[in-house]
Amino acid sequence: MTAAFRIMRQRFSWTVSKNYMQRSAETTGPAASETLVKIRDLHFARGERVIFDGVDLDIPRGRLTAIMGPSGTGKTTLLRLIGGQLTPDRGSIEVDGLQVQELGRKALYDLRRRMGMLFQSGALLTDLNVFDNVAFPLREHTNLPEAMIRDLVLMKLQAVGLRGARDLQPSELSGGMARRVALARAIALDPMMIMYDEPFTGQDPISMGALVQLIRLLNDALGLTSIIVSHDVQETAAISDYVYVISQGKVIGQGSPEALGNSDSALVKQFMQGLPDGPVPFHYPARDYMEDLLNA
Amino acid sequence: MLDWIRGLGRGGFRFFETLGRANLFALKTLVGIPAVLVRPRLLVAQLFSVGVLSLPIIILSGVFVGMVLALQGYNTLVDFGAEESLGVVVALSIVRELGPVVTGLLFAGRAGSALTAEIGLMKATEQLAGMEMMAVDPIHRVIAPRFLAGFISMPLLAAIFAALGIYGGYFVGVGLLGVDEGAYWSQMQSQVDLYDDVYNGVIKSLVFGLVVTWIAVFEGYDTVPTSEGVSRSTTRTVVYSAFAVLGLDFVLTALMFGA
Repeated sequence: MTAAFRIMRQRFSWTVSKNYMQRSAETTGPAASETLVKIRDLHFARGERVIFDGVDLDIPRGRLTAIMGPSGTGKTTLLRLIGGQLTPDRGSIEVDGLQVQELGRKALYDLRRRMGMLFQSGALLTDLNVFDNVAFPLREHTNLPEAMIRDLVLMKLQAVGLRGARDLQPSELSGGMARRVALARAIALDPMMIMYDEPFTGQDPISMGALVQLIRLLNDALGLTSIIVSHDVQETAAISDYVYVISQGKVIGQGSPEALGNSDSALVKQFMQGLPDGPVPFHYPARDYMEDLLNA
Repeated sequence: MLDWIRGLGRGGFRFFETLGRANLFALKTLVGIPAVLVRPRLLVAQLFSVGVLSLPIIILSGVFVGMVLALQGYNTLVDFGAEESLGVVVALSIVRELGPVVTGLLFAGRAGSALTAEIGLMKATEQLAGMEMMAVDPIHRVIAPRFLAGFISMPLLAAIFAALGIYGGYFVGVGLLGVDEGAYWSQMQSQVDLYDDVYNGVIKSLVFGLVVTWIAVFEGYDTVPTSEGVSRSTTRTVVYSAFAVLGLDFVLTALMFGA
């Protein structure tokens, strides 16, 4: 019994990386390729407001891809579309060979079990402590014995540096800690990809540094595919393999962080260099200033 | 005038759209009930939160309503020399009407508002969306256990309310006003019918439990995910539940005891 348990524990150990990271053939879709997420001609609108107007994106397997753009350009919406929480008005979203918008509930939930998502707020369940939050997906989707769940949870928490915080309630965590716990929960089921929604927003430099390092480390150590949605240019560019810049419903630039830094596009340059004025004006559209003052 | 008509039409559409959504939501919740029965822990936790934590207000209210009924009933009955019928008056009033109705209203105020606020805040803090992304259906995991717990708790709370109300009446009528103890209990025993009175009261409390819990969980799930949205949804739960309990009470009473 003890030997069997040891073997099972080894099976789930972080250190047995090869077996742990290899994805079995049956877990991938019919047309598994180097591109994990393929978005074509994506159109999506909320009422009258067009969010995406013909977006094409490719997210390669095993890489860390950043999707950046000014606030309100629909970056979070894009993650929700990839996760099947929203349905596009037109176009296709293919994840691991499966057309997300055509999946039934069961197939969609099967796909989501292979995805992890880190929400901006962490989205920890407030009635559960840190340990139970990380154990939540394991208890919901597996029949593992409690002793093994305990080991797995402690391993995930160790990976994010919060094994000692297992008994804390979400209300007792700082923003950075909450996101790290949420990250441990997101990797609990060993997903094929993780989507990060604004992971660096509101973080102090130490938490930010920890998160930046963790995201890159987990991506490489676990052979994940990562999608980061963010407008924190420096931090995101520092760890990304490829960057898409979205604005006004379209992809306005793409390439390696270095290439985008040297882009000729005024809009891309304004965003990457954080210039206050440019194609995206500093001033909200208004009537002439002088006229406005004189005709009070 | 045209604006008024347009507003009325828009309001009508919105009402029927919400009603349709609420019905679909109820259907999905009912589909999720078997999954809750397989995991009784979820149900027990909610029975505690919805039922047990509502006990103090139900116990206090039950006792005081019974005491007031006995006081008022005695003052009227004594004029006709019929004070020995006090037990019947208290029991029938509570078992048929006040038990289910007052418990329904208190349940809406205590448990219903708490359910709406809790679910609404879970939505506002992306906990429900997080569950969806973890391939866990929030309707099965969060809504169905709360819905079932409300449905089970309400008739039990109404029964406790009624029992304590009758004892409250006994305390005032027999203990303080001197009504004969034997008459209090024996008249009640002979005049209160198990089927016509007790069962009908139970049916009322079951219906109120179903409707109040449905309103509470739907309002929470359908809330606008902001502080203001959650606050409005919580208010709506209490107001709609009160209307529903009082309106349905009239309909059920007419069906049960009407000519």
